[in-house]
Amino acid sequence: MSTRLTIPISEKDIRALHIGDQVLLSGTIFTGRDAAHKYMVETFIKNKCPSGERALYDVLKTGLKGGVIYHCGPVVRKREDGEYQFVAAGPTTSIREEPYQAAVIEHFGLRGVIGKGGMSEKTLAACQKHGAVYLHAIGGAATLIAGSVKQVVAVHKLDFGVPEAFWQIRVEDFPCVVTMDAHGQSLHEKVAADSKRKLAALLGK
Amino acid sequence: MPDITERVVELIKSASTDLSPDIEQALMAAKAAEAPGTAAEGALQTILENVRMSRTTGRPICQDTGTPLFYVWNPEGVSQRELLKQIRAAVRIATERAYLRPNAVAALSGKNSGDNTGIDFPTVHFEEWGHDYIQVGLLLKGGGSENCGAQYSIPSAEFEASRDLKGVRKAVLDAAHKAQGFGCSPGILGVGVGGDRVTSMLKAKEQLFRPLADTNASSELDALEKQLQREINELGIGPMGFGGKTTVLGVKIGELHRVPASFFVSIAYMCWADRRKVMTIKEGNVALLAAR
Ligand code: SF4
Repeated sequence: MSTRLTIPISEKDIRALHIGDQVLLSGTIFTGRDAAHKYMVETFIKNKCPSGERALYDVLKTGLKGGVIYHCGPVVRKREDGEYQFVAAGPTTSIREEPYQAAVIEHFGLRGVIGKGGMSEKTLAACQKHGAVYLHAIGGAATLIAGSVKQVVAVHKLDFGVPEAFWQIRVEDFPCVVTMDAHGQSLHEKVAADSKRKLAALLGK
Repeated sequence: MPDITERVVELIKSASTDLSPDIEQALMAAKAAEAPGTAAEGALQTILENVRMSRTTGRPICQDTGTPLFYVWNPEGVSQRELLKQIRAAVRIATERAYLRPNAVAALSGKNSGDNTGIDFPTVHFEEWGHDYIQVGLLLKGGGSENCGAQYSIPSAEFEASRDLKGVRKAVLDAAHKAQGFGCSPGILGVGVGGDRVTSMLKAKEQLFRPLADTNASSELDALEKQLQREINELGIGPMGFGGKTTVLGVKIGELHRVPASFFVSIAYMCWADRRKVMTIKEGNVALLAAR
């Protein structure tokens, strides 16, 4: 029933998706929340990249082209062999990144954003224009999602703190649902409008 | 004086990692009710797999292990101060063993205490009762679910509501609608009617200890519980707000006397990760229950 997507994702594959579609995502993605989004916009998009930040810029430029950002503040354990392991990795509320997301999608050529709760008009418009989707992860399914994280490839900007850093991770069959597609449709808007109408009918009784 | 510290650690582990059977069965029934291949069915499938994985690996069901809310019923002669010390110690141990994530932060500075204890954290309510054993109920209530709780003072400025069952119905429907996109659905609603602002919410939270399949002793509240469950599900919000047949797994209502001037309806939202467990402790005999 689910569509399998592998990073890098083509525009054609993204445009074939519609709200309500289930997706199993595989490949290397980056976590990023408030600090990471603010940093990307201020350091790379609004301004010219300073030479000291060049290395990370190149990593992101390559990794995010056709790639995906995940709104997640993980719980991470350092194993005895020195490798990091994701212990819990549920989604965090996405709407906080609304001021930055559209610019990040455009600049880096993102094909998807994973999170919880959906986003607003600016992001929806950027998805339509540049060919991207919003993928809703299952809130609370922290153990299962951590299990789909097969490898921590690298961590960048750990000085932002563990939850806020860019964790570059390889995932396999990460389950999510398309709730905003590249055709201007938002499942959140649809469900909110439908339920509002039904509520009005029930309250009128 | 009994020492129940290790017992309470077990209780916390069980609540955090092993979802109660009635909730799991309700989630299974909800999955069966959705049309195959829909996002709603898929979400419930993922939730159920996560529940099973957490149970086998002994890991928290959700990474937000929330506020630990304890309700303690003790026999005459047992020191509540001692029990409080033991419960706080148990919370520290459970945090060390990663059954709980460190969640207690100072209100203003945001500084994490690191061990889930702090000012009135965990929350512990005591009541002396006539039995000769101790009963401890525990709810782990995540932030996302707590944030979409609500309290109405009726008549409400937002919608026309009367101080009767009809008014309660409207308040609960409104709260359920507003919770969409916040608490992870399908959830359970505990409702307190009457009392003051504090006791009304306390009553609402206490309702969350009831088994999903029970019957309210008041026949009119029982009828309202069933009606509200049906009507909220008619809203079509569905699992995770993806649209679908199940938005709530249950609605549980309790009432308290009030002063004539006030009429509060308080709603406590509990998400699908409804981590509730109850333990009875009588000397060496310990029993873990799903509800009370
Ligand atoms: S609402 Fe519940 S399931 Fe969702 S993240 Fe919060 S505690 Fe976890």
